[in-house]
Amino acid sequence: MPHLPAAYNLARWLLRNDRNADDVVQEAYLRAFRFFHDLRGADARPWLLGIVRNACYDWMRQQRQTDDHLEFDELRDSDAAPSFGHEDPLALLEQHQRRERVNSALAALAPAHREVIVLRELEEMSYEDIARIVGIPVGTVMSRLSRARALLRQLLQHDTPLQQPRSD
Amino acid sequence: MQAPQDDMPATLVRQHATRHAPPPALAERILAQVRAEAPRPQASRRPRPPWYRWIESLALYGAGALSAWLAASVLLVAPPADPLAQQVMASHVRSLQADHLTDVTSSSHHTVKPWFAGRLDFSPPVADLAAQGYPLVGGRLDYLDGNTVAALVYRHDAHVINLFIWPAPPGAAADGAPRVSSVRGYQLLRWHTHGMQAWAVSDMAAGELRAFARAVDLEPGD
Repeated sequence: MPHLPAAYNLARWLLRNDRNADDVVQEAYLRAFRFFHDLRGADARPWLLGIVRNACYDWMRQQRQTDDHLEFDELRDSDAAPSFGHEDPLALLEQHQRRERVNSALAALAPAHREVIVLRELEEMSYEDIARIVGIPVGTVMSRLSRARALLRQLLQHDTPLQQPRSD
Repeated sequence: MQAPQDDMPATLVRQHATRHAPPPALAERILAQVRAEAPRPQASRRPRPPWYRWIESLALYGAGALSAWLAASVLLVAPPADPLAQQVMASHVRSLQADHLTDVTSSSHHTVKPWFAGRLDFSPPVADLAAQGYPLVGGRLDYLDGNTVAALVYRHDAHVINLFIWPAPPGAAADGAPRVSSVRGYQLLRWHTHGMQAWAVSDMAAGELRAFARAVDLEPGD
């Protein structure tokens, strides 16, 4: 399936839930396949991710109508537990905590900021492709990215380095 | 000092944020659904743009016309392809593909003809036709129409010719008139020579293949 990892990663970050990402990506791909039977190729990627992104926003809009507010808790539970192998357990724990911090800071961003960070930093896409996916001018992509980074920095600074395990 | 500060969270995200991998079953599920939808696109529940039905009926009309035209051209014009011709063509293609052109590689019919002696219950006519422009490359055993047959390999410029030879069945009409057919761009020539049935197949033009058959006929073959 072409571009599926990028599409799923984007949907998973926007929806913050495995099942919903699964459903929305599946729907979006079917929608895309109805228009084109071949989704391979460099040009198909931003086009396809744009469809996935819009499907995510549609889904979120529908959700908001029903429960008005999204809960953020599921995100911490879904990350797989760190596997302690031959490496230094303390280093692994530290790494795990750093990942948790970065993940929750990214998840706390508004979707508009989150999506540009995911596309830029995780999928390493060009400003032009991000502009096509999100449907905004390239200049807006750049300013939104810089705003998102500033917000991320704040979130990461205010977060205490050692989080309490969440079992509320 | 705006840029370095900006870079800090970006680097952290790049290094530490989770890249969510799609569950392995997702791709299969999408593919299964795409396949299930493909034969009857109108059954889907998704709302279509209004022009969709238009395009669709146009496409269906086109597909119908095309298949009618194809059926007519197959039934009315082209006689059904001889299954043996298909086999001969397939053997020819396989011999070129599988790097198994010859079991015995020699340009001398004194080497190739005896090689068949212990392997077939008949002795195929083998001639070196280098003087006529068809140097012998070698021979191999092949299997056609329920018979183990002799396959002789000749070359003509850049073309490879497979010449399949096996005894004609007892009741077969012995009219030796060569018959040309064409399967997927390959020319096939079927005729009787030296009391056996012969099939020559190559990507040469039909006329060239006939010239080759005449050269085979004229040689004593031993």
